[in-house]
Amino acid sequence: MAENGVITEDDVDTSRRKFLTTATAATGALGAAFVLVPFISSWKPSERARALGAPTELDVSKLEPGQMTIVIWRKQQIYVVRRTPEMVASLAQHDGRLKDPKSEKSEQPAYAQNEQRSVKSDVLVLIGICTHLGCLPKPRFEAALPELGADWPGGFFCPCHGSRFDLAGRVFEGSPASLNLRIPPYKFEGDSRLVVGVDTAVEKGAA
Amino acid sequence: MATQIPAAPPTAKPQGLKAWFYKRLPVEEFVSDQLTGYYAPKNFNFWYYFGVLATVILVLQLFTGIFLTMFYKVGEATAFDSVEFIMREVEWGWLIRYLHSTGASFFFIVVYLHMFRALLYGSYKAPRELLWLFGMAVYLALMAEAFMGYVLPWGNMSFWGAQVIVNLFGTIPAIGPGLVEWIRGDYGIADATLNRFFALHVVAIPLALLLLVVLHLVALRRTGSNNPDGIEIKEKLGANGKPLDGIPFHPYYTVKDLVGVGVFMILLSIVVFFVPTLGGLFLEGPNFEPANPLSTPDHIAPVWYFTPFYAILRAVPDQRMGALLMGLAVAAFLFLPWLDRSPVKSMRYRGWMSRGALAIFVVSFLVLMYLGLQPAEGLYVLLARIFTVLYFAFFVLMPFYSRFDTVKPVPERVTFHAHA
Repeated sequence: MAENGVITEDDVDTSRRKFLTTATAATGALGAAFVLVPFISSWKPSERARALGAPTELDVSKLEPGQMTIVIWRKQQIYVVRRTPEMVASLAQHDGRLKDPKSEKSEQPAYAQNEQRSVKSDVLVLIGICTHLGCLPKPRFEAALPELGADWPGGFFCPCHGSRFDLAGRVFEGSPASLNLRIPPYKFEGDSRLVVGVDTAVEKGAA
Repeated sequence: MATQIPAAPPTAKPQGLKAWFYKRLPVEEFVSDQLTGYYAPKNFNFWYYFGVLATVILVLQLFTGIFLTMFYKVGEATAFDSVEFIMREVEWGWLIRYLHSTGASFFFIVVYLHMFRALLYGSYKAPRELLWLFGMAVYLALMAEAFMGYVLPWGNMSFWGAQVIVNLFGTIPAIGPGLVEWIRGDYGIADATLNRFFALHVVAIPLALLLLVVLHLVALRRTGSNNPDGIEIKEKLGANGKPLDGIPFHPYYTVKDLVGVGVFMILLSIVVFFVPTLGGLFLEGPNFEPANPLSTPDHIAPVWYFTPFYAILRAVPDQRMGALLMGLAVAAFLFLPWLDRSPVKSMRYRGWMSRGALAIFVVSFLVLMYLGLQPAEGLYVLLARIFTVLYFAFFVLMPFYSRFDTVKPVPERVTFHAHA
């Protein structure tokens, strides 16, 4: 032991010292990691941004068949298209040219993952943001438009990088986008009141 | 050797106030370590201007940037108007802003030439791997700085450029969509996004840049500069313990560099005063319209210094793969010190394989740069795919061609011809 209060090299328990140093450093690092949480969280959408992201409503009975309108929900353009029966019928005829015809990889609520990608077959609700890199796809509903080819069934065309989507927002082969246009949560109140931002209640067992 | 250049003569012992300072601050040691006692190879050529020019432009950007923040008003309602205010109503505001915007493009010109120099003379090879990695970190920080700076004027290209770039993070599996929302701080590119990009552009990244530049220079002082012959001058020391082929950085290279800085300033001034937008290359047309979330510009292209990577992104039919390749195209440079197996550094002593590979790479980079500015259609897409393959071939095949290439013997001393 230390003589006359003088500590020599031999008196130092290095393994104990090493353990304490490591334990202190680890505790400090853990604390520092916890301190980061508020700073990282501060970047999430604020209360105000979330409040402004409340559901948006629209009366779809005011749309003529074949007409499209845009509503804004959470800073995103929501395309609402009232499809004609011919438009709906055209959807079944080009599955072979689509990347994800059954929308298995794409993002949509379960109640819109069907043939028409919609709750009501005549009303299409899409997030109007190209799944490639976020440009706005333009409506090109007329079939066989000269610039889009004779086999163009009507749909959406993104001017930025040339992605093509059909009238259910499903992406065609040869597009840089690999997923179908996203579908937001929505429901109908009554016959024609569309509410974007609230899910359609799905009956148990129905899905 | 008759041409041996003497070191700066020893200065007289400091007196008075000077002595008071020197006793309290290591001024002499600093000047000696960094300038008068730092020996650089005597055979530097044209390609060795760009390090000092990058430093000059960094100072210019910091200085003009500080003045711009005095007038710029961050916020989605005020940002665009405050930039117009700077351009039209602040005295000389247009000059300060154009110096800053032109400076950004010149920064990249200088940095790309600086990087090309490293490829040409093997400056990334041992023992300069860390020097190269710090340099790459500076380049990455610079890309982030330039991108966020381009968002601040809140023009329509600012908005949609931010939209495209931020959405790239959405291609990361699983965490992508959440990450994008976290970066934006809203459900779209919004006020919150602009505000945080401002903080990063004006405070965080410049601080990181300065730190990285200091580390880059500290690493340079440890290994010493490479040179066009790729010879380690520290291996041949004179009687004074200094490299025989070295000369003090100050006054010899400081004076030489001043000439380069002068020419550089003339070129910068020509652009600033006569063609500040350089036909849409340095400042794009759609950015003179305010940000409009309801209208995408017909053709979105980043500023020219990002277009090689943008062309690679668009060349790939699968978006996740495209984003990954785009990232790899930048990251590939980080691995150069370990991909290059050549026994010699400089292209002067390498064979046709290494030289050819570098030439093809430079052409690919420039062609991709052009293609990134064009719409992604028809022949352009095909060309982008071909040159993307060539771009990556330079890196992927390097361990092979650099090893099997025939090399010439490297001389003992640097090639140097004194002026008559």
